[in-house]
Amino acid sequence: MPEHAHPRKEFLEGCRDELPLLLGVAPFGMIYGLLALDAGIDRATAQAMSSVVFAGSSQFVATQLVREGAPALVLVLTIFVVNLRHALYSASVAPYVRHLPLRWKLVLSYLLTDEAYAVAGSRYARDGGRPDPSPHRHWYFLGAGLTLWTAWQLSTAAGVFLGAKVPASWSLDFTLALTFIAIVFPTLRDLAAGAAALSAGIVAVLAFGLPYKLGLIVAAGAGIAAGLAVERLRGRAEPGGREGGHRA
Amino acid sequence: MTLVLALAAAGLLTFGTRLSFIALLGREEPPRLLVRALRFVPPAVLSAIVFTEVAVRNGETDLSPSNFRLVAAVLAAVVAWKTRNVLLTIAAGMAALWIAQAAL
Repeated sequence: MPEHAHPRKEFLEGCRDELPLLLGVAPFGMIYGLLALDAGIDRATAQAMSSVVFAGSSQFVATQLVREGAPALVLVLTIFVVNLRHALYSASVAPYVRHLPLRWKLVLSYLLTDEAYAVAGSRYARDGGRPDPSPHRHWYFLGAGLTLWTAWQLSTAAGVFLGAKVPASWSLDFTLALTFIAIVFPTLRDLAAGAAALSAGIVAVLAFGLPYKLGLIVAAGAGIAAGLAVERLRGRAEPGGREGGHRA
Repeated sequence: MTLVLALAAAGLLTFGTRLSFIALLGREEPPRLLVRALRFVPPAVLSAIVFTEVAVRNGETDLSPSNFRLVAAVLAAVVAWKTRNVLLTIAAGMAALWIAQAAL
């Protein structure tokens, strides 16, 4: 990677690296659009939810709740809880954007979705502990985030306005899980990360019945604890082993 | 109208969640334990979503071979592990699911 890439080059690289993920995102956005209409949400509101909330899994849950006639407060709380994991992404990228002006922080925060984090976060991890290999890395983040945002709006519009009739038998919603599988595996570089993923997965299944999708938060906590525990045990076994992967 | 207001509130809360640490840590050094823990956030959260998507059917845990999504997900995981390619992983998983659904 060049030491001082031009902002435009960084931006375009971010766009490019986000592209493969769109294969999973685009069908998901379309299906969301279809589900929203099916739940009785009008087209403008369905489209607006994609830019106001801008978080796929919570939007899916929202359509279910609207269909069931859930009270507004439950709807708000549920979306909030399903999206709580984004606070962890926020903490993860915070050290890398701390030097930026407020307007950049606001824009990048708005764009901080699962898929944008997957791309921008792994870029920061790749750069390692070096303070700032490129002064324009935030353009890479912006490129990845805007690419995803555009794809999400367009695919929602495709589902909402074109009224595409996708048969349920195509099971296109399965691409969500497949996209996350493709994102997770390259991050499992060591036993501790593997332990985090496995224990979070198992706990998530066991805790599925918890109200308000709280199972996801509980599972994430269990996974992080397991990862830290394994890292600590291994660190003791082999001193001088990996220490603090990508601290800024 | 209630729905629009609810979505606006949910959108603000989601934005606030994403902004939280970015706004806070602009001034403060993050605690070491937090930084160490953050490495495990993506594998933990994404894997939790994947496991519930493929291992839970109609609210019940289903680990049987008749759960085609689980079988297809395992195959996709192998492809992801071997190739580290997002497109190939999705293609393999969808193909496996469609073949299983068509065959049975």
